Amino acid sequence: MLYSEKVMDHFMNPRNVGKMDDADGIGEVGNAKCGDIMKMYIKVDKDGIITDVKFNTFGCGSAIATSSIATEMIKGRSIDEALTLSNRAVVEALDGLPAHKIHCSVLAEEAVKAAVKDYYDKNGIEYDKDMFQEYSCEHCE
Amino acid sequence: MRVYADNAATTKMSEKAKGVMIDYLDKYYGNASSLHSTGQEAAEKLQEARKSIADAIGADPIEIYFTSGGSEADNQAIVSAAIIGKRKGKMHIISTAFEHHAVLHTLNKLEKEGYEITLLDVHENGMVTAQQVADAIREDTCLVTIMYANNEIGTVQPIAEIGEVCRKAGVIFHTDAVQAMGHLPVNVKKDKVDMLSASAHKFKGPKGVGFLYAKRGIILSNIIEGGAQERGKRAGTENIPAIAAMAAALNESIENMETANEKIVKMRDMLVDGLSKVPHSKVNGDMSSHLPGTVNMCFEGIEGESLLLLLDANGICASSGSACTSGSLDPSHVLLALGIPHEVAHGSLRLSISDENTEEEMEHIIKTVPKVVDYLRNMSPVWEALEKGEREHII
Repeated sequence: MLYSEKVMDHFMNPRNVGKMDDADGIGEVGNAKCGDIMKMYIKVDKDGIITDVKFNTFGCGSAIATSSIATEMIKGRSIDEALTLSNRAVVEALDGLPAHKIHCSVLAEEAVKAAVKDYYDKNGIEYDKDMFQEYSCEHCE
Repeated sequence: MRVYADNAATTKMSEKAKGVMIDYLDKYYGNASSLHSTGQEAAEKLQEARKSIADAIGADPIEIYFTSGGSEADNQAIVSAAIIGKRKGKMHIISTAFEHHAVLHTLNKLEKEGYEITLLDVHENGMVTAQQVADAIREDTCLVTIMYANNEIGTVQPIAEIGEVCRKAGVIFHTDAVQAMGHLPVNVKKDKVDMLSASAHKFKGPKGVGFLYAKRGIILSNIIEGGAQERGKRAGTENIPAIAAMAAALNESIENMETANEKIVKMRDMLVDGLSKVPHSKVNGDMSSHLPGTVNMCFEGIEGESLLLLLDANGICASSGSACTSGSLDPSHVLLALGIPHEVAHGSLRLSISDENTEEEMEHIIKTVPKVVDYLRNMSPVWEALEKGEREHII
């Protein structure tokens, strides 16, 4: 099999899939030309805890699986904790990804960060701009 | 239900071909180069298979060279014609943008060696014309190589007309007939081809064996050195059980072609009619000049690999030209050559059926694909943007 059981589980039964009308932060990363776009919605309470997460993804099996597991990994966590989510942690949680699919885990990390950045922007919260590098795809540009 | 709809990738061996192969493994294990009777019996069987294949395509037995498959045959044909051309100071080659990589990568290699390559446009309908070939031929053209039928979209090229143009101009014409052999009536004389590649596993023969037809007078250059097999042009002990099974499979396919194709075309039309009802979908390639069993479609707003995985979970084996399935960052070069934008090409699906499929299986596909497409569209931010009008529908 190309994918681990964990990847297939998250692909076949994605967690937290859908949209969120009253999201506090929305992040969209990727490019249709490249074949993957992830959109992540977060709901944040007054203590800065992510109480709900939703995602929508256009992409391959591993793009959907990494989005799904990333939502599980940040749900119930604080914003600060969510920002520490690394693509490597996503890959480990999925019991590995094929080498040419690692970029999907990078997208998942970027999607979480983009949603948090949107939350910061919407709420006028100051932050270190260097923490959020603009997502770019060398291939598409 | 398991529906195998990926016959353009490979076919299941026919009972007859399998029977021949097993029988030959048992009886004709000799090395055809050996002098003793066990070897000579094998050599006779090798010649029988060569004659049988030659007869099937209108060639002479000495014009058939056995190879490991279509890729090797393509490589050897192109390199040989290039070397013949170079000796005459002719280093221009004409091909198309949507050839198999066995052809395109060989041409890339030759380009680095100083050859000039012209890749003809295959238009939106996936067809090249004889006129385009005529217009592209120059004084220094040494080879035209154009596939008989495209492996991804199934369009069949006007091979006999192109052959006529090449013959008049005195240019060697090679065709990669891997997808056509055993499915369409291929005849090297009527089709006016000088070289042709074929692969057994695409017509219910075994994997790892194919053949190259090279018209008498065309001197092949070796890709594999080391022995006198295949009249010194392809070293390596012949896999006689596989070669005999290929000959059996080809003859069987040709015998059954008419009845099989009638059945296959009917099922293919069911697929085209049924799946075209999915909104914002598109059938790729001209269906009026087409392989019987191949259908290629794009569905906007989704990605092909996730489509394939979900179809597989529903028992359907198919293929796609998305980047994720091509193993590169770009979607299929064939779909891009048709001018299909990247974002649409990512959502492609190829279904390729054989006479072993049933109408019941087609109904299962027609029922399942729209459900899976809908499911993926519902979780696709691209589809959301298309529906909201933030992004324009392309198809």
